[in-house]
Amino acid sequence: MGKTTAEKIFDAHLVNEPFPGTKVLRLDAVLCHEITTPIAIDDLIRRDKDRVFDPTKIKAVIDHVTPSKDTKTATQAKILRDWARRHDIKDFFDIGANGVCHALFPERGFIRPGYTVIMGDSHTCTHGAFGAYAAGIGTTDLEVGILKGVCAFRQPKTIKFNVTGTLPKGVYAKDVILHIIGKIGVNGATDRVMEFHGAVVDAMTMESRMTLCNMAIEAGGTSGICQPDMTTVEYLWPFIQDEFTSKEAALTDYSQWRADVDAEYDQTIEIDVTKLEPTITFGYKPDQVKTVSELTGTRLDQIYIGSCTNGRIEDLRIAAQILKGHKLAPNVRGILSPATPKIQQQAIHEGLIDIFMEAGFCVTNPTCGACLGMSNGVLAEGEVCASTTNRNFMGRMGKGGMVHLMSPATAAASAIEGKIADPRKYL
Amino acid sequence: MKTFGGPVLFLDRGDINTDEIIPAKYLTEITKEDLKPYILEDLKLPGFDPKGEKTKNARVIVSRANFGCGSSREHAPWVFEVNSITAVIAESFARIFRQNMFNCGMAAIELPAADLDQIFSHAGDKDATMSINIEAGTLTMSGGGVQKTFNFEISPFDKALVLAGGWVDYADQKY
Repeated sequence: MGKTTAEKIFDAHLVNEPFPGTKVLRLDAVLCHEITTPIAIDDLIRRDKDRVFDPTKIKAVIDHVTPSKDTKTATQAKILRDWARRHDIKDFFDIGANGVCHALFPERGFIRPGYTVIMGDSHTCTHGAFGAYAAGIGTTDLEVGILKGVCAFRQPKTIKFNVTGTLPKGVYAKDVILHIIGKIGVNGATDRVMEFHGAVVDAMTMESRMTLCNMAIEAGGTSGICQPDMTTVEYLWPFIQDEFTSKEAALTDYSQWRADVDAEYDQTIEIDVTKLEPTITFGYKPDQVKTVSELTGTRLDQIYIGSCTNGRIEDLRIAAQILKGHKLAPNVRGILSPATPKIQQQAIHEGLIDIFMEAGFCVTNPTCGACLGMSNGVLAEGEVCASTTNRNFMGRMGKGGMVHLMSPATAAASAIEGKIADPRKYL
Repeated sequence: MKTFGGPVLFLDRGDINTDEIIPAKYLTEITKEDLKPYILEDLKLPGFDPKGEKTKNARVIVSRANFGCGSSREHAPWVFEVNSITAVIAESFARIFRQNMFNCGMAAIELPAADLDQIFSHAGDKDATMSINIEAGTLTMSGGGVQKTFNFEISPFDKALVLAGGWVDYADQKY
């Protein structure tokens, strides 16, 4: 019997099975940010265990609230910063070099096919785009990961998503994943890995694959996973060219992590995207989705483009393409948060930032920002935001506020019209 | 090991998420104790008051499917812990929340939907108490003039974590 990608990674990283059904895995990357890590650090100090298993495998960033907004967030940043210095964690990203963790760490080449990755952040599933097993965990699991470089998991079952057809104009990875979540529900993949296959995924850039995997958790999935291929190799090439004699050699090596053709799946779900329309959430759960045609004209107060879901360069390019020569409708305000400094700089070079600013957008530094209502861009009671983020829970972007999740293209079209609008007429 | 059981807080809705349990704006707190006043602050349910007596007295939460979905924040189990709630009983849990509970030595207990229907119909709108025996895998609900015992299963690993009081000491000894 063949194996899924997650099964191959589990076998290669197994430390032991302390109880039937529980597998302790060796970790290749332990990622940290300033919201969930400081309490782990504090607890390790109190237990007299202020150690790290391997400083080269720990990566840390201040991203949720940056620059700090008050004494409490400054303290969280300081705890992380002091700890990174104390343990000689070289891959620590502070103000000026920091950005949204799930965009920054892949951009630095830290995630490779076959890796095991954990982070105290539910959207860690993003990194599965590289053919890795990447799971969000809580602070206690993070603490053990930092201390011992291991994490316990149940052997995951895998759902295969075969995404076929042709993506229509104005429809992107974000629409595909919203459609999938709408189809299987917010717990449709609980304790499952979501393995994405099919010609549509094969044709996607790494950025689009990250968007796809980013929202696996919104269906309860442990990790999204895409199959490593030449697109993966090309993305990673600047970081791996000393390890391999050629791109083909890298591809051969990485292909060991591809699922076997006779792998056994818990379920296989066919998704034909040919007739898919731009897809948007309408309620307070990510599985409450409708097509843009059904929601056209819905009232808005704020447009937010950014986050670990859709704050990457291709997202900014698509939104700018639509916004070019247009202004924000007078009833809405717009906020753009490029996900990393590199993306921001690239967007400046390409003239994208000019387009956003001429349209009337406020451009912030790279940060998680409005997505979870912790720092900037918070909504007032009764306000509505068109957002490229991943979570529309009640109060997520501010108490009493409401969020419609959508693609950058739909957000840009909605910015122009000041209400939910169809991006296809601008393309 | 923590103690389990006592007055029940019923939350009769599926998909209760971590933003409802503890809003993100409180994630800047550095100690667990500071989270205490904000328990379930953004949860809107008919008849539910996050600041009410039932919330204050609760030691056990009984809810429906996919409890604890959303963020990885361990602040969700912590805000229960500092409010003396050490067990949540539900039809199913989001993976990260469930593991966070056991990693803290707390209990996330799954019961079939039919058992939960019985519990809700007998006592969902009344005062009820729950006694929980982790070793035996049994829980007894008393409320609405009815006393009823249910069996549950937790994995051997999760049981070991509850008995050990959490994952950090366990892992540091073994790995």
